[in-house]
Amino acid sequence: MEKPLTQHVRPDGEMLDLRAYEAAGGYQGMRRVLRMDPREVQQLVKDSTLRGRGGAGFPTGMKWSFVPMGPDAPRPKYLICNADEMEPGTFKDRLLLEATPHQLIEGMSIAAWAIQAEVAYIFLRGEYVESARRLQKALAEACEARYLGRNIFGSGYSLEMHLHTSAGRYMCGEETGLLNALEGKRANPRTKPPFPQVSGLFGKPSIVQNVETLCNLPHIVNNGTEWFKKLSRTADGGTKLYGASGKVKRPGLWELPMGTTVRELLEEHAGGMREGFRFRGLLPGGASTDFLTEEHLDVPMDFTAVQKAGSRMGTGTMIVLDDKTCPVGMVWNLEKFFAQESCGWCTPCWSGLNWTERTLRALEEGRGRGGDLEKLAYQTWFNAPGNTFCALAPGAAEPLQSALKYFREDFERHIREKRCPWK
Amino acid sequence: MATVYIDNKPYTADPAQNMLFTSLTLGFNLPYFCWHPAMGSVGACRQCAVKQFRDENDTRGKLVMACMTPAAEGTRIAIHDPDAIKFRAGVIEGLMTNHPHDCPVCDEGGECHLQDMTVMTGHDYRRYPYDKRTFRNQYLGPFVNQEMNRCIQCYRCVRFYREYAGGRDFNSFVLRDLVFFGRHKDGVLENEFSGNLVEVCPTGVFTDATLKHHYTRKWDLQFAPSICTHCGLGCNTSPGERYGMLRRVVNRYNGEVNGYFLCDRGRYGYEFVNSPQRIRQPLLRREGVAQPVSRAEALRAAREFLAGKQNVIGIGSPRASLEANFALQTLVGPEHFFAGVAEDEYRLLTKMIQVLRSTPARTPSLREIEQCDAVLVLGEDPTNFAPRLALALRQSARQQPFAATDKMRIPRWLDHAVREAVQDDKGPLFIASTHATRLDDIATRVFRGAPDDIARLGFAVARALDQGAPATNLSGQAVALATQIAQALKNAQRPLVVAGGGLNSESLIEAAGNVARALDVAGKDARLSFTVPECNSMGLALMGVAPLSAAFAAVKDADAVIVLENDLGRQVPQPVVREFFERAFHLIALDCLSNSTTERAELVLPAGTFAESDGTLVSSEGRAQRFFQVFVPPGGIQESWRWLRDLGALCENSEIAGWKELDDIIVAFSNAIPALAGIQNAAPFSGLRLAGEKVPREPHRYSGRTAMHANINVSEPKPPDDPDSPLSFSMEGFPDQPPSALIPFFWKPGWNSIQSTNFYQKEIAGPLRGGDPGARLIESGASDGSGYFTRVPQAFAPREGEWLVVPAYHIFGSDEQSLHSAAIAELAPKPHVAMNPEDAVLLALRPESLAEVKVDGSSYRVQVRLRPDMPKGVAALLVGVPPVVGVHLPAWGTLQPAQLPVEGGPERTA
Repeated sequence: MEKPLTQHVRPDGEMLDLRAYEAAGGYQGMRRVLRMDPREVQQLVKDSTLRGRGGAGFPTGMKWSFVPMGPDAPRPKYLICNADEMEPGTFKDRLLLEATPHQLIEGMSIAAWAIQAEVAYIFLRGEYVESARRLQKALAEACEARYLGRNIFGSGYSLEMHLHTSAGRYMCGEETGLLNALEGKRANPRTKPPFPQVSGLFGKPSIVQNVETLCNLPHIVNNGTEWFKKLSRTADGGTKLYGASGKVKRPGLWELPMGTTVRELLEEHAGGMREGFRFRGLLPGGASTDFLTEEHLDVPMDFTAVQKAGSRMGTGTMIVLDDKTCPVGMVWNLEKFFAQESCGWCTPCWSGLNWTERTLRALEEGRGRGGDLEKLAYQTWFNAPGNTFCALAPGAAEPLQSALKYFREDFERHIREKRCPWK
Repeated sequence: MATVYIDNKPYTADPAQNMLFTSLTLGFNLPYFCWHPAMGSVGACRQCAVKQFRDENDTRGKLVMACMTPAAEGTRIAIHDPDAIKFRAGVIEGLMTNHPHDCPVCDEGGECHLQDMTVMTGHDYRRYPYDKRTFRNQYLGPFVNQEMNRCIQCYRCVRFYREYAGGRDFNSFVLRDLVFFGRHKDGVLENEFSGNLVEVCPTGVFTDATLKHHYTRKWDLQFAPSICTHCGLGCNTSPGERYGMLRRVVNRYNGEVNGYFLCDRGRYGYEFVNSPQRIRQPLLRREGVAQPVSRAEALRAAREFLAGKQNVIGIGSPRASLEANFALQTLVGPEHFFAGVAEDEYRLLTKMIQVLRSTPARTPSLREIEQCDAVLVLGEDPTNFAPRLALALRQSARQQPFAATDKMRIPRWLDHAVREAVQDDKGPLFIASTHATRLDDIATRVFRGAPDDIARLGFAVARALDQGAPATNLSGQAVALATQIAQALKNAQRPLVVAGGGLNSESLIEAAGNVARALDVAGKDARLSFTVPECNSMGLALMGVAPLSAAFAAVKDADAVIVLENDLGRQVPQPVVREFFERAFHLIALDCLSNSTTERAELVLPAGTFAESDGTLVSSEGRAQRFFQVFVPPGGIQESWRWLRDLGALCENSEIAGWKELDDIIVAFSNAIPALAGIQNAAPFSGLRLAGEKVPREPHRYSGRTAMHANINVSEPKPPDDPDSPLSFSMEGFPDQPPSALIPFFWKPGWNSIQSTNFYQKEIAGPLRGGDPGARLIESGASDGSGYFTRVPQAFAPREGEWLVVPAYHIFGSDEQSLHSAAIAELAPKPHVAMNPEDAVLLALRPESLAEVKVDGSSYRVQVRLRPDMPKGVAALLVGVPPVVGVHLPAWGTLQPAQLPVEGGPERTA
């Protein structure tokens, strides 16, 4: 099985430096792309069926097609890597950042060429200090080799690339919140339209992509669209970095064909539940996705199938719920995070998530009352997509609404018994 | 125009607008918070949710925010959709989770937008059982009180303060439901428009701190449509009174003039009306001692002074109404009536009028100024001299960048998207001044120079636009700048030149006139705006009379002198006014506050302030506007014109004696000065009735009418009559929208707050129904053939041992009245003189030390301030703050370190 993204990850945990990366075939993609017309590159990526790996799954090539091109386009244009991995339960980008920073740099360079951007930023989660260190080193190596800066690869094309470490907050991982944070403003999101392709960083055309998405680009360029599509088991091409955390035997990350089933991930790769624990459900793509349960184990993990099953693949890193962990407590833990991370811009989110958190806290502490579940359900309606300014609160609603659906009896026990039965 | 569907009915809409704007314009009760008519939509609060349907077959629809939905052709929304109704109530519920149940003790109660929207959505039951987040409040200065627990995080305050008004020392902090709006630490808000926070905030977070000292509910106030008297711009206000005391001033919407905002001086400078220094009884001075006398005794004394005398002179005032000035002019006769304005200033005003009438340039309203897309400011410091103009100029700098966002198809009302795309781009704004101004942060280029050098720059700009304009011998950088300015003005669609009375320089007026003329020659649609110092400087100048110097010459032969609402010590230097007082025989002064003139008068008649009188003022735009009496003052106070009428009756002047009500004077004025007959259009005549009723000054919930006098007499007195206007001193009267000049306050059922203004407008943020109040008296004429002004001044040459002392102003204190407000006095600077640090070194003056400034026959001891950007050889003296009043600048003077004070010395210390 081919694992283009992780095939060269060093077992000793050290990063692949420039020399090692090139020896493994690195920067061939960029050299190839510099001989292609940017629009050709866009078409290539479109044809590959690559979809964004940050959680939303938007078709990458289509995203780029809205960037104004040609001599009259506003300048400078920006290519931005969203390395602000803060979705609870998600740790896939961290592997790529720490192990193969040059893979990211090359992917970013290819994307920058395709949209004719002059400046690139890596917006990195501030807590990823090791990634920061390694990215700095890789950037320095690339600059020295003239793979970044003026006239890269002797092509006449110039690309500056900067690392920016975030000052904190989950909202900086939201595309438009990231742009505002990078500009030095408060990390409130922006309304779309206008889209970042038209008015992005500093009001200029910008593309924001996830780390994993960008890392796919050198391989698509080197091996072609048919190869990329064949890696997958479903209509969404390529491989996917899947993960699992929770009371499984082998929590971890695996690069597998897109469309690997939940069961395969859970049982084959994660080794199934630990001794003494039974499976109750999982969040397939991080905290802001709906629970899947026993009945969904054969769902392929791709964007379409998981959505049909009533959830979202999101980042593809699963959080597994066992039978010895209180579902209410788990959801409370997640809602505490979301309530704290609300940027405070729109009413349903800043008021509703606080209310949700307090209610779950009351339930866990045995102070739940009749009507609390109705209030929680109301909050999931109140914070539905479109009702809020961005996707944070609708994301927070997902684990809650599905927990109410699948584990309602557990919630009701908290109220009836005036305590958490798991304590 | 587009057709949109609201609750399944078709309506015509402006496709450039959004659906909240459209709904409100159509009169729908759609609740909102974060949208503001002057600041557009940001989509934060989610209060204006409606259900949108794809087409008539879509039965499911989805919730959208009306403020963020363009009113495009075919748009379908339902306001009365069950989901939307439930959602809007849910938003209120969310806001209420942390909101203190303060209504009974909250200043905002009764005019609170949050109260109104809560009732409108129907949310009335608290389900949230947990505790509320609280904040420690900050001290933000004497104008604005902060109570952060009440905050609903609508972001209007920070958007107004930072984005609209350009303030920097106020921001949002923290996140989630803990967002805090305030300063990085306690301290006085620096922005001169901070008071608008109290109206922009939809709850009681930011409230009027001065009102707190004498608090009254909105519904208990008596209002009248009034005009601010603190500068020449004529912003419309709604002062509110109760129990004979003026409680506060709020903005009165006039779409052409002030729009939604006032400056802090206009909002907070009202306390002089309540001052203990008010003259409330006539005073007769016998043997040097002023004694209160009855009205009858005062008039007896006046008859003694005036009856049968042929040579009584009258000195008018640039802060008194046209009617009062005209009454005095009629009483003493036109040949004996003089403008109470010094000669040089009067000449300046006359020149401004001449220029405005003879160049094709239009004198723009403040609203038109906001839309100008290239601006040249010659010699003015708008923030301190004509503050509301500065706020308008800040908006004008947004005009040109709109071209780019229009091209990107970002609707102008999508406020943050526009600002994001524009970033720091600004339209061209060139400011030429003697020192830094508070608008410099948005200026394209600034130029510093002495007044003559600024004028020379103006002349050079005109020359760069049209070779037919007179040449200047400017060189180097200044020429390059002039060329750049000319280019920017020429490339614009609506170029504007601003000049005025700030530096008291005729050359500046002429230079501005030349630029306007040259723009016309270049085929541009130019605008020309002059600032003037007082609320009726323009009106008095339009009457075309002789200046104060002529009065001083005439005084020695005068039988008596009548001074109308004018402290002559503020118009001319002390030695001159002292001589005048010595020569004046039987000096009668009409005024509201004690001042140096009333202190010397033999007879003082207590005049009503703007809040206690009716009258017409003409703004610097040339807009005649009527202010109406807010309340009948207690004691012996009467309108000036009525006192003058009484004096006329004493003198058996039958014309004057026949004036019973204000309209009588307005008609007489229009007959006597037909060119200004337009003032009749400033407001309806007093006989107007609406459905047979007068317009009530008081909201219908006004309480205590019977009880408030019960301690005097248990029988309820008849409310006072008002023969001067269609308004009544009562809550009874016509309940709906009156003609716009007669609107005392804004209210609509369900909309108790200032947001009710929406429903008085033809279109949101547009003119009031029936037109915005005021009648323009000056329209640009065809050129009178006079051609360009040719007296280009010489370049400024510093003099050895002397400094050119120029006037500088401060929004707080430079005018006559605002210092009587404690809040303003707290912020007013001490008298000071500013100079270039190199000059200070030459003079051995250290910063913060005292300097003695000798200029124009007077000597002042003031603090030294250094301003590195000032030209050398020039010193800027703060004027208006006592004792630096009445001095004529620019003038050459000397500076030196102040000597230690000598006991009983002749100089006045600051």
